[in-house]
Order: sequence, then structure tokens, then C-alpha cells
Amino acid sequence: MFQNMLNSLDPYTMQILVNIGIGIILALGLNIITGLTGQLSLGHAAFMSVGAFAGALLTIKTGVPFYLNILLSGLITAVVAAAIGWPILRLTGDYLAICTLGFAEIVKVVFLNLEVTNKALGLTVPTPRSDLSMPVIVLIVVVLVIAASAFIENSRFGRALKAIRDDEIAAESMGINIARYKVQSFAVSAFMAGVGGCLYAHFLGYINPSDFGFIKSIDMLSMVVLGGLGSIPGTVFGATILSAAPEFLRFMSQYRMLVYGALLVFLMVFRPNGLLGGIDFTGLVLRKLGVKPRGEIRKEGGH
Amino acid sequence: MFLQQLINGIALGSTYALIALGYTMVYGIITLINFAHGEIFMVGAFVGLLMVGYFKLNLFLAMAIAMIFCMIMGVLIEFIAYRPLRKSSRLSALISAIGVSIFLSSLAMMVFGANAKGFPSEAFPSHQIHIGKADISTLQLLIIGVSALLMLALEFIVQKTKIGKAMRATSEDYNTAALMGINVNFVISFTFALGSALAAAGGVLVGVLFNSVSFNMGMMAGLKAFAAAVLGGIGSIPGAMLGGLLLGVAEVFGVAIGYSSYRDAIAFAILVLVLLVRPTGLLGQKIQKKV
Repeated sequence: MFQNMLNSLDPYTMQILVNIGIGIILALGLNIITGLTGQLSLGHAAFMSVGAFAGALLTIKTGVPFYLNILLSGLITAVVAAAIGWPILRLTGDYLAICTLGFAEIVKVVFLNLEVTNKALGLTVPTPRSDLSMPVIVLIVVVLVIAASAFIENSRFGRALKAIRDDEIAAESMGINIARYKVQSFAVSAFMAGVGGCLYAHFLGYINPSDFGFIKSIDMLSMVVLGGLGSIPGTVFGATILSAAPEFLRFMSQYRMLVYGALLVFLMVFRPNGLLGGIDFTGLVLRKLGVKPRGEIRKEGGH
Repeated sequence: MFLQQLINGIALGSTYALIALGYTMVYGIITLINFAHGEIFMVGAFVGLLMVGYFKLNLFLAMAIAMIFCMIMGVLIEFIAYRPLRKSSRLSALISAIGVSIFLSSLAMMVFGANAKGFPSEAFPSHQIHIGKADISTLQLLIIGVSALLMLALEFIVQKTKIGKAMRATSEDYNTAALMGINVNFVISFTFALGSALAAAGGVLVGVLFNSVSFNMGMMAGLKAFAAAVLGGIGSIPGAMLGGLLLGVAEVFGVAIGYSSYRDAIAFAILVLVLLVRPTGLLGQKIQKKV
């Protein structure tokens, strides 16, 4: 049924929807390391490209089933991220940010010079073998990633990450192993980026290392910050708007990027915490349903 | 051969250093990575090109006009895009800076077109000088000379003048400086003006050196200059100079020994390696975080 509904959409709308979906996956991935753990990553496009090339090569060389391929690309990316993250995550603040940026540039240049990634010509990716069509797969992955993000945020792991974000020293003195948690959240974040990259490669059918440059990393970061750093609905909203914006701005063709840049400044100046930042959605929904949120109950008892 | 490459490297490195100084000064005062800085460098190059190519001005005059133009632009950008965000999260200001950067580069593409433009050859009639086995063009000497002069001027302003003292105080402790009666807003505007002027000078010099000015030249140059600033220890003015020169020389030597396809990765590889050994850069101060 769902398949039919999606098939009735015209290809152009479908393409925009899939782009939004992939944007959401990537942005939620970045949200874990930057929004939840508070470590700025300016090189997340590198992980997307690792996932994209891993996925493409798996399809070309081995032809594994697509679901397994998505999982493997994510895992490979996570392993790469852990290997990179282990030495650099002891850097703090902007030194870490520039290091991730540096790594992203190095990854890009290495891919541009490797034989297996077809150097600067890029790879043509064949259509994946699977029963479901691409938009359905993307939709399923989006739902899974949102669920995983929500789960992580409220788990013991997520609380540790938030503690690190709010105050590293305090978190450390409470017995949180900062280095380990940072590497783990980096790996989880990269896993999602890798999955997004794999989907991107198979949806587009062609990937080039130059597509995953600094601009791509910045695109992802803008989605997270614009929607509201650390907020899952915010990130989804930001990713939706920014993935769709270039299409909606298409009517002004040559002024498109000009308006996009001005829009970023404008939105930041008037909504510095992001469009949906600082809004408690669970609380809102609970109140609508007539249930008192937990925080308020505690307040009443505290008199 | 060695001397020749060294001079090439120093010429390239001193332009990186000029841009890196703007990054490091702004960061030192408001801890913002000013991603629009690379675009100011690009605008400076275009203004210089316009002055030399269209108005037929002398190169030095063109450079001075470019510097003044970018000074005003830098101050305006700070006023519009960063000042309202000074009290909000640093990431918001960062995204705002990225917005400015996208805006400026697409504006330049609309105004000047997507193709790279060259400086007219009579802009600076350069000839070769032979020192031993090395061929050094007078253009390279000009670049090194102008950069050194500008950096000395900067060092004078920062160390010897009253506003320089205010700058140092503000970068040491923003709030205390404000309590001591320093007009912090003015100091920040002044810092943006200084940094932008240096970037504009760098833009004109790079435009003449490579004989190419394009709307997207700011991106890579900006990233490498930022890498240079961090390499030297961000917030440190001598660090930015040292970092710029180091990256320039390393890049030229890397290309000379046959890694030309890895050209853009060399700067970042050095950066990552140095940060792993010295996490606060070469000349950066170690900040002990207290509870």
C-alpha cells in the first residue's frame, strides 16, 4: 500500500523527499556528536564519503544484499571514525573542530588519488538489489535513526554525553570516562553518517570525492544548528528546511545561493538557539493529552 | 634548487600568514572562527583587480584602496552578522559567519562571473634575479617585503599604541577589560578592520602572484590560513606568522618532491600531526581549566 502511495508521486517530488530523508539521517548523526556531546565536528562529510564509497564498492565488488550493505557501510565508517577519534578526541574545543576539518580534507584528497575509488572521475554505482524501492528504504532508515536518536538521548549513555557537553570537569569527577564516551559517540555519529552516505551513493548512482568537501560538512552543521542544537525534532525540521530550500529557491536561479547565505545569517540573528531550540516537545505533547509532565509533579511535591 | 623553493615557499607562506593574522586576532578577542574571512580576502583581490585593470591605478594604490574597502566591509559584517549574536551560543555565530561567506562568494560570482580573471601583465613588471643557482622573481621579493612590512606595522599597533593595549587587554579577559572602561565594541570593530585590511592585502598579492582571481579562491585559502593560525596557536599573533610561513614552505617542498596531487592535504596533515604532539599549537598558551 505504502509502495503504491509513494509510486504515485512524481519523480521530482520523490527526489526532494529522498534528499530530505538522507539529510535527516546525516543531521541526526551529526547531532549526536555536536548537539549531544558538544564536540564541534567540521568534517562530517568525510564520514559520509567513507560510507558512500564503502557502500558503492560493496555493491560493485561483492554484490551483498542491500540491507547488509547499508549496515556494513555504517560499521566500516564507525570503525574508521573510532580510529581517527581515538587520538584527536583529547583535543578540546576549536582545536578538535579544525582537526576534524583537516581530516576531512585529507580523506577527500586520498580518495581523489586512490585507484579503487577511480580517482577524480568518481564511481558509478549500480542500482541496488532489493525488493523495496529506494524511497521506502530511506523512509524506514529515517524512522529507525529517529528512534535510535531518541533512545540514545534518554539512555544512560546519552545522559553521560549530555553531562560531558555541559561540564567536562564535573562529568569527569562524577566518574564518567570522558575519552571513552567521546570516541563512542563519535563512532555512533559516524555510523549514521556512513549509512546516510551509502543511501546517498545508491540513490544518486554516481559519487565523486569532491562532492564531500567542506561545503557538505557545513550543510550538515547548518541543519543541526538551524533547527536547534541537541533537539531531535529541531534537527529533523532543520534538515527538512535546508534540504528543500535549494529546490524552493530554484525559481530565482542565479540568486539562489545569495539568498541562502543571507537566510542563514537572518535566521541566526533572529533565532540564535535555532528554530525549535529550547522547546520541550515531550512536555508539550503530554500537556495536550492532559498528563502532567514529570517535572511539574516533582515541583508540587517539593513544597 | 633548495634556495629557490625556499623563497617560493616563503612568498606563498607570507600570504597565508597575512590571512591567518585576521583569523587569530578575531579569535583571540571574541573566540569566533570567522569563516567569512576567506571571502574578505577574495573581495580584496577583486577590488585590487578592478582598480588595476579598470581604473589603471598603480598596484600599491590599488592595494591601499582594497585594504580600505575591506576594512569597512569587515566592520559592517561584524556589526550586522556577529554583534547581535555575541551573547548567544558560539555555534550560532559560526553558522552566521558561514552564511556571510556563502553570501559573499555567490555575490562575487554574480558580479564578476564564474571564470577566473587575471591581473594585466603591466600591473607589476616582474623580472628574474639570479642569486647563485636560484631564479627569484622581483614579484616574490615584493610579496615578501610587503607582507613583512604589514606584519611589522601590525606588531607596532598591537604592542605600542593605546588601542593595541586595549586589544591585548580585551583578548586577555573580555569582561574585565570592559569593567576597566575599555570600549569593547570599538576594540572589536577595530580588530575586524585590521584583520580585513591584512586579508585584502593578501588577496591582491596572491592575485598578482598566481595571476588569477576567482569567486571561489577564498575557500581553500581561508581554510589553509585557518589551519596556519591553529598550527601557530590560535590567538597568538607571532604564532599565526610562524604557522603561515611553515605551511607555505611545507606545501611548496611537498609539491617539489612530487606530491603535487596531495597539495591541499599537506597543510592539514601537518596541522593534525602538530596538534597531536602539541595540542595548543606551536606558540599557543596552555589554558588550565578550573572548576
